[in-house]
Amino acid sequence: MKRRAWFRSSLVVGTLAVVAVCGCSRVHKKAPVLHATAAGSALVVSSGDRQLAPSGSPLPQPLIMQVNDNQGNGVTGALVKFSVPAGVKIDPAEALSDSNGEVTANVTLGNTSGRYVLTAMAWNKAGHPISVQVPELAAGYQEELGYQVQRKYCSRCHDPESTPEQVSNHDNLAVPPHSFDQGATYNKLSDADLTAIIGHGGPALNLSALMPPYGSTLTKADIQAVIAYIRLVSDPPYQAPGLVYAKQ
Amino acid sequence: MRALNKLWNSWRGLFRDPIQPFGIASVLLLVALAIAPAKDHFSEWHYYQHGYLRLIKNRRDAAVLQRHFEPGIHQIWLPDLGVVDRCETCHLGLTETSLGDIKMEPYSRHPVIPHSMQQFGCVMCHRGQGVATTVAGAHESALSSDGPILPAQYSEASCGQCHHAPLEGTPTLNQGRFLLARYGCVRCHTIKLPDGTSMQPADTPPPLSHIADKTTREWIYAWLRDPKSYAATATMPNFLLSDNDARDISGFLIANSVPEPGDTATLKPPKAGGSVDPTAGASLYGESFCASCHAMQNAAGNVVGGDLGPELTAIGTKVKPEWLTAWLRDPRNYDAGTPMPHYRFTDQQLALLTGFLESKTNTDLLANVHLDPATPAQIAHGKKLVEEYGCASCHEIRGVAKPDNYGPELSQIGSKPVAQLVFVKGMPETLPAYLSTKIKHPRIFGPGLHMPQFSFTPEQVDALTTALLSLTDRSVTLPAKLQIPTPQQTDYEPAGKAGQLMADLNCMACHRINGHGGTMAPDLSWEGSSVQKQWLDAFLKNPNTLRPTLIRRMPKFNLTDEERAELTDYIMTAYQNPDIDRDAMPLSGYSPDQVEHGRELFYGKYACQSCHMVDPAKDKGYIGPPLTEVGSRLNAEWIYLWLKNPQKLRPGTIEPNHDMSDDDARALTAFLMAQKGAGSQKTGTRTASVSASGTKGAGE
Ligand code: HEC
Repeated sequence: MKRRAWFRSSLVVGTLAVVAVCGCSRVHKKAPVLHATAAGSALVVSSGDRQLAPSGSPLPQPLIMQVNDNQGNGVTGALVKFSVPAGVKIDPAEALSDSNGEVTANVTLGNTSGRYVLTAMAWNKAGHPISVQVPELAAGYQEELGYQVQRKYCSRCHDPESTPEQVSNHDNLAVPPHSFDQGATYNKLSDADLTAIIGHGGPALNLSALMPPYGSTLTKADIQAVIAYIRLVSDPPYQAPGLVYAKQ
Repeated sequence: MRALNKLWNSWRGLFRDPIQPFGIASVLLLVALAIAPAKDHFSEWHYYQHGYLRLIKNRRDAAVLQRHFEPGIHQIWLPDLGVVDRCETCHLGLTETSLGDIKMEPYSRHPVIPHSMQQFGCVMCHRGQGVATTVAGAHESALSSDGPILPAQYSEASCGQCHHAPLEGTPTLNQGRFLLARYGCVRCHTIKLPDGTSMQPADTPPPLSHIADKTTREWIYAWLRDPKSYAATATMPNFLLSDNDARDISGFLIANSVPEPGDTATLKPPKAGGSVDPTAGASLYGESFCASCHAMQNAAGNVVGGDLGPELTAIGTKVKPEWLTAWLRDPRNYDAGTPMPHYRFTDQQLALLTGFLESKTNTDLLANVHLDPATPAQIAHGKKLVEEYGCASCHEIRGVAKPDNYGPELSQIGSKPVAQLVFVKGMPETLPAYLSTKIKHPRIFGPGLHMPQFSFTPEQVDALTTALLSLTDRSVTLPAKLQIPTPQQTDYEPAGKAGQLMADLNCMACHRINGHGGTMAPDLSWEGSSVQKQWLDAFLKNPNTLRPTLIRRMPKFNLTDEERAELTDYIMTAYQNPDIDRDAMPLSGYSPDQVEHGRELFYGKYACQSCHMVDPAKDKGYIGPPLTEVGSRLNAEWIYLWLKNPQKLRPGTIEPNHDMSDDDARALTAFLMAQKGAGSQKTGTRTASVSASGTKGAGE
């Protein structure tokens, strides 16, 4: 008897709660519904992926996606939707492509440092979704410090790109070093390996002496910071050994 | 007795069973006792602790995480710093290194920082209410001066509460502080730092007392209406003046101007003798390295050059030729405080440069500016406006006193309570939002505001907001041992005749000596220990450079032989490192074996060729200066000590310290001293390149 009453009342309360929640969420989701007037066959990143910015801050450049037809020309009026990981903000979250086939969105990174993978989605003529993953990189204090240190000490050799302020020395080296985002090289090196190379120079790991030692020039914290930076920017992404992931 | 009896009777009347009331009382007591645990159980933090346990339950590192977990409220209490933080009650994963994959709040791991949480707590950096144990209470409430939580975007502001000197890991804060000085914000707004000093401006607004010598009323009018219409890189903000106000201020400034004695008004611009190559002026501009400090738009439409002096793209539309000539002849006559050097140009050169610069015009700028002569009423109104807008906070203006504290003091703006701020409709009502909006649109907060309109990029606005947010109440009350002050400049000035010469050339606008001066060019404090005398003399005669990628270079001054001898002697004598005996090792005469051993070390063990060139035909390294003639430039003892510990001789140089043995350093010194260059006549120019590139063994 008693159990029945309890069951009935909880059923009533439950229904009420569900109704209330639905009602509320409907009020919130009153964004205008966009109707695509066209559909493309490919979605590509036009610019703005893999940007590095301090965690919690807006990316310096907007993320620009482009919807193309099968000739590679921009399609106007196609719907693009973004879904972002927890902590990341994107504005707008969905939009129709402009006359160049482009959709431009401003991204603000989450408060924790690390790699955030956004997903952009469009639909082809058949209504099948096409999705593209767009990584963006949030630097915490340590990664930011690493970025600054490597810019001062390392990037002249390690970054093959020249700018007016910084002419690259990369091509002047008999054994060209790798750019720090080359995961294929760096992900194979453990933190201990990297510390040894950076601290004692190339010969520490039987590499060329053209890689100078920095153990008496940089502090331990600086070297760790550079390693944190290398780990953050590496592509494909770095997975720390022994890092335990949730069992799915 | 009777009274007691009566009480007993009424008690029995109330309850049939005299024991019953105790039963009721104990039930009530039990309920009351249960309230606290129940409140606990339904409290937010409890909910988050449960959530954490659920999150870690299925992970493979669960055992470790569970061992670290302690139920209940956690607290960090630091009486010295005024910190009572309970944030870790919900933020349970902050110190768990294995939680790097969790981005969900409140469980994420804290990014690595140089400080420990147990030492500084949370609110020191993040603000918010440390004692609160609800989400809204901790994050959103503005009860104490810490206010609500600081958006992560501005976290560098928190470093700035103790670190008053630039930190390598806080580029945004550093940039913001730089802008506060560079754009002269601190000329109107006093910013006192906890060590008692005030932030100093780093701009050079020109005096306006003799402005009629220099330019026309029409140009002043156009400039006042919009400085950017004249120069894209103008640092003076836009005061959003009406046509009439700009008319009256320009009228006042011209009427108020008196000719500078010995200046220009009477001087005729010299004519270049004979027929001159029209490109000669441009070449002279290039050779004089004017672009080290001044920007100019090039043929491709890009503005290139330094920003120490004003942009010169349309200088011909601005300044009168006779003033320009007088200025180039001796800038200090017009403006005693200018960083511009006294170049000692010949009349011929003055004519060439004046001609070249006057050809840089923007005819559109003044095309539609037609001003009737200013009436006395307009001039009087112009003066009133000049006083109202605080122009004299930055510019020296005859007859107008510099206002004290024209704008509000900002020394503790980073703790200003939200209740004291005015917001416009639609903006978030927080301090960071107020500051960034004020910087972007200073006048939208109400009528009658005088702060001018700057045109900062979004990054610059963020940087400035960060710098302002670092100026907190807390930073003033923190224990003195935590304060890391800005390195103060000394007031060193070189002495004697050479000192006068150096003041005249304005060497210290670019070079730092004994803790005073600019940072654009190398520090000269120990130059006398470092370089050889003949080289220095040749360099001052002809400071050329072989490094074409550098925009900033040492200009060539037309020094007389006596002036050069004076300078060389002074530098070689006065600027020595007391710990270095520059003659301790000979300049030449090293054994071929030693030189050869040095060569092997250079190309082998130390692979110096990755950054330096000794043999230009073979070596390509291009980070450090070329060393082809280093044996004619540097002293052997300096090279030896540099190799042993470069940072000791030049703190912050990127040359790595190789922990070299004495023997290796000696052999390398012998090898480098053997690099005397192609011929001794050429030493002046070719080796000069090495030092002019601003480095001597350092990188940029
Ligand atoms: C003078 C040029 C130069 C500078 C400066 C330099 N490196 Fe290198 N680095 C090299 C060269 C050349 C190699 C390749 C050695 C080889 O593959 O034998 C290398 C290799 C490395 C490697 C091994 C992986 C790879 O790319 O092959 C690491 C790690 C590394 N450098 C880190 C650093 C760091 C960190 C800094 C700054 C603190 C730095 N380097 C500065 C030239 C340089």
